[in-house]
Amino acid sequence: MTLADTQPQALNFECETGNYHTFCPISCVAWLYQKIEDSFFLVIGTKTCGYFLQNAMGVMIFAEPRYAMAELEEGDISAQLNDYEELKRLCTQIKRDRNPSVIVWIGTCTTEIIKMDLEGLAPKLEAELGIPIVTARANGLDYAFTQGEDTVLAAMVQRCPDKPVGEVEKEERNSISKLLNFGRKKEEVAVTESEYAKHTPLVLFGSLPDPVVTQLTLELKKQGIKVSGWLPSKRYTELPVIEEGYFVSGINPFLSRTATTLMRRRKTKLIGAPFPIGPDGTRAWIEKLCSALGVEPTGLAEREAQIWESVEDYVKLLRGKSVFFMGDNLLEISLARFLIRCGMTCPEIGIPYMDKRYQAAELELLSKTCREMGVPTPTIVEKPDNYNQIQRIYAQDIDLVITGMAHANPLEARGINTKWSVEFTFAQIHGFTNARDVLELVTRPLRRNNSLK
Amino acid sequence: TLRISSSFKNVHAIMHAPIGDDYFNVMRSMLERDRNFTPVTISSVDRNVLARGSQEKVVDNITRKDAEETPDLIVLTPTCTSSILQEDLANFVQRAQIDTKCDVLLADVNHYRFTELQAADRTLQQIVQYYIAKAKKKGQLPEGKTEKPSVNIIGISSLGFHNQHDCIELKRLMADIGVEVNAVIPEGASVLELKNLPKAWFNLVPYREIGLMTAEFLKEEFGMPYVDITPMGVVETARCIRKIQEVVNAQGGDVNYEDFIENQTLYVSQAAWFSRSIDCQNLTGKKAVVFGDNTHAAAMTKILSREMGIHVVMAGTYCKADEKWFREQVSEYCDEVMISDDNGAIADAIARIEPSAIFGTQMERHVGKRLRIPCGVISAPIHVQDFPIGYKPFLGYEGTNQVADLVYNSFTLGMEDHLLEIFGGHDTKEVITRGMSADSDMNWTKEAQLELNKIPGFVRGKIKRNTEKFARDRNLSEITVEAMYAAKESVGA
Repeated sequence: MTLADTQPQALNFECETGNYHTFCPISCVAWLYQKIEDSFFLVIGTKTCGYFLQNAMGVMIFAEPRYAMAELEEGDISAQLNDYEELKRLCTQIKRDRNPSVIVWIGTCTTEIIKMDLEGLAPKLEAELGIPIVTARANGLDYAFTQGEDTVLAAMVQRCPDKPVGEVEKEERNSISKLLNFGRKKEEVAVTESEYAKHTPLVLFGSLPDPVVTQLTLELKKQGIKVSGWLPSKRYTELPVIEEGYFVSGINPFLSRTATTLMRRRKTKLIGAPFPIGPDGTRAWIEKLCSALGVEPTGLAEREAQIWESVEDYVKLLRGKSVFFMGDNLLEISLARFLIRCGMTCPEIGIPYMDKRYQAAELELLSKTCREMGVPTPTIVEKPDNYNQIQRIYAQDIDLVITGMAHANPLEARGINTKWSVEFTFAQIHGFTNARDVLELVTRPLRRNNSLK
Repeated sequence: TLRISSSFKNVHAIMHAPIGDDYFNVMRSMLERDRNFTPVTISSVDRNVLARGSQEKVVDNITRKDAEETPDLIVLTPTCTSSILQEDLANFVQRAQIDTKCDVLLADVNHYRFTELQAADRTLQQIVQYYIAKAKKKGQLPEGKTEKPSVNIIGISSLGFHNQHDCIELKRLMADIGVEVNAVIPEGASVLELKNLPKAWFNLVPYREIGLMTAEFLKEEFGMPYVDITPMGVVETARCIRKIQEVVNAQGGDVNYEDFIENQTLYVSQAAWFSRSIDCQNLTGKKAVVFGDNTHAAAMTKILSREMGIHVVMAGTYCKADEKWFREQVSEYCDEVMISDDNGAIADAIARIEPSAIFGTQMERHVGKRLRIPCGVISAPIHVQDFPIGYKPFLGYEGTNQVADLVYNSFTLGMEDHLLEIFGGHDTKEVITRGMSADSDMNWTKEAQLELNKIPGFVRGKIKRNTEKFARDRNLSEITVEAMYAAKESVGA
C-alpha cells in the first residue's frame, strides 16, 4: 500500500508467472447452450475435458443438456482415424437426435496440439449436412474461463446477417415461433417507435440471462436509445443484423476478441464504456452510450442516488474493509471499482488477462473512483501467481478474498473470509436493478461470520 | 495419480498441463471440504511451450516447489495434453533431482490407455516400489516381522467413496481381532515410512480398484500374503475375517475368530436381525438395479440378493478392464450383467427394467429422478452430499448397519411416494393459492406476464406478490415490465 501512496494517480500493472487457478474456458458451454436455445455444443477433446465439464456443471449435465464431448482416442491422435469422417458421424447423429439450428465446435488443447483443422473441416461438413457449424477455439493454452465465451461470440460475429431479412423470409425460416411473436412485434413497433430518439443502430454484445437483457434494454429505452439487437440472441436464427457503421458496445469485460472482430471484420464502431456493473458503472455506461449516440441523458443522477440509498444497509457492512481479488474470470476490474465506490479498499486486483484498450474506460473510471474515494489505487496483477498471492494475503490481513473454489475452503480454515468468484459469473450482476444482488454476494461471507460470532 | 499423491502426507504433485486442468483442487477442497491447500500445482503448458518446449519451466517449477514447501516427494504428472507433446519428462525429473532436496518421480501413466482408477493403482505401486528399492539400496530395510500379527491397509485414498469412515471402521475391526495396524497407505501416510511395510504379517486390500498392484508387488518381493475380500455386508465381512485367520495361522499365529464373528453378527450388526424382521419381508422379491465400481457394485449385489432377498435384475460396472472378475462375483446373484461406461445405455436399461430402487452412482441417482425411481448412492462418481460429516462407513459391521438403512430408506421412500399418488397427494396447494389470489385483481400486461414466467418457479409467487403490493402502494393500474423491475429495486430498501 505504501507503494501506491507514492504515486496516487496511476494504476500499477504487474505480471506474474501465470501459476493460478481458474476454470478451463470450455466451461462457457454451460451458460451459452442455455442462452442460445437452438444450439448444440460439441467439445472436441479428451477425458480430462469431459471430467472437467462433468464436475463443473454438476447437476446440469443430467438435464439432457445440449452439449456433448467428442472424446478423442489414441487413433485420433496418431491420425489413424479420419477426423472428418469421425466428426461427420457425430454431427449427423446430433442432427438426427436434436435437430439444432447450429452446432458449435469447441476446440480444446488437444485439438490445438495435434493441429486438427477445425476451421477447415467446418465449412465442408456444413455444406454436406446443411447445418451451420461455428468453430471456437476455447482452450486452456490461450484462454481463461470467461474468455471462452469471447471466442464463441467472436466466431458468431461472422454469422450475423449484414442486412435485414425480409419479414416473409424470416417467417419461413422459423415459422411457428415467429408467427407467435409476429403480432406482438408489429404492435410494439407501431406504438413505440416514436419514443426513441433518432440514432445510428446500436447492437450490444455479451451473453446475459434474459431478465437482465430486458432490464438493460428498458434502461436504455428510458433515455430514448433503441437496442437493435443482442449478440448472442435467444436463438441462433435470430442473430442481430450488423451493418457497416453500426455502433456496438460490450456489456462484459472479457469480450475483447469479439469487440475486435466487430470492429475489424464488420466495420462497426465500438463505444468504449465502463461496464454496467454496479450503479456507478451502469450510469457511466449509459452516459457513454448517450454521448456517442448524441442523446441527452436524463434523470441518471437521481436514479443512481436512489439505488445507492436502497443498498445502504449492505454498503454499511463493507465500508472501510479491504478486498483482494485473486483473479480468475476477468470481471475483477469492474467489481473492484464498484466495491471501492462502496467504500472498500483494494490492494490488489489479480486478473488472468488485461486488455488495456478494450477496458480503457473501465480502468479510467477505476482510477477516478480511487481519487474520489481517497483510497490508494490497486495494483493490477496480470497472470497472477497464486502461491505468491497467498503470501501477500497473509501479510496484508485482508477482510475479504474473492477467489476460486480451490482456495476458498483452505483460506476459510485459516480465518480469512472468502467469496467464490465463480458466482459472479452466474449471478445477475448487471444494471441498476442488480446492484443489490452483487452486494448480497459480496457481503454474504461477512454477514455469515457476523451471525456465527 | 493426483488422488494418490495428495493422499500421502507431504507429497506434492506438479501437473504438466494447460491452465484450467487443476480442477482437481476444486474437487478436493469442495467435495472433501479440505482445510488445506491441495498439494497440486500446474506447470502450465501455453503457447510458448508449444513453440519451444517446456525447457527449464518444468525443472524450475519442481525446484521452486521444493524450496517453498519442502515436500518429501514431488510427483510430476503427465496429462492428456502432455502425452501428445511427447516431451522427455523423465529427463526433466532427472535434472530436477540434482537440485532438489526431495525425491522426484514421474508418474508412469498414459492418458489414452488408463482410467483414473487404473492410474491410481499404478501410481501407488510405483511410489511403494521406489521407496522399497531406495531403502534396500541404503540397507535401511527393516528386518523381520512385528511381534504380534499386523496388517497394512492398502488403498484408502482421498476422494474415495466413504474411504475415511471405512478406514476407521477397518482399524476398529483389526483392533477387535487383535491385529495391529502396521500402516495405512496412501491416506495420511508419509513416504518415508514406506520402508516399514514389509514388517506387517499380511496386507489387506479393501477395494478392488486401488491397491492390488501394490499388494502383488509386496507378495513377489517379500512373499507377503494379502487378503482382497471386501468386508462389505455380513457374509463378506465374515469371509474376510476367516481369510485373515487363515493367513495369520499360516504364519504361526494361533487365532480363532469364529466366536467373534458370531457375536458381531448377532449383536453389533443389526443387519442379520433386520433381514429376519418383517420390515425386510416386505422387500422380498422387489426389483433392484445395481451399478457402480467393481467393489461396491459386487458387494451390494450380494447383500441385496443374499442377505435381503431382493431381486437384483441387473448388476453392472464401469470398470471395463476388470470385467471378468466382476462377472465371476455377481453372475449367480443377478439376472443380467452389464459392463459399460456409457451412462446413456445404463439409463436405457434402467428405464426398460423399471426397478423399485436403484443403487448406483450420482449418474444413476439423476436417472432415478427423471424416472421417479428412488436411488441409493453406493459408488463414485459422487457429489458433496456423499462426503457426509457423520460417521458412515460401508465396510465392517457398522457398515452393514449403514447399508441396511440405505436400502430400507430407498425402498420405503418409493412406497410412500406411491401411496401418495394413489390417494392424490396430501398437499392442499389449491386452497392456499386461492386464498392468496383472492386480492389479486391486478392487471398484468402481456410482456410483464411473459417476463414473470421467465422467473424460476420457486420464487415466482413471491415476486408476483411483491410486485403487486408495490403497484398497489403506488396506485398503478397496470403492471408493466418496468414496474416489475422497479418493484425489485424497491424491495430491499
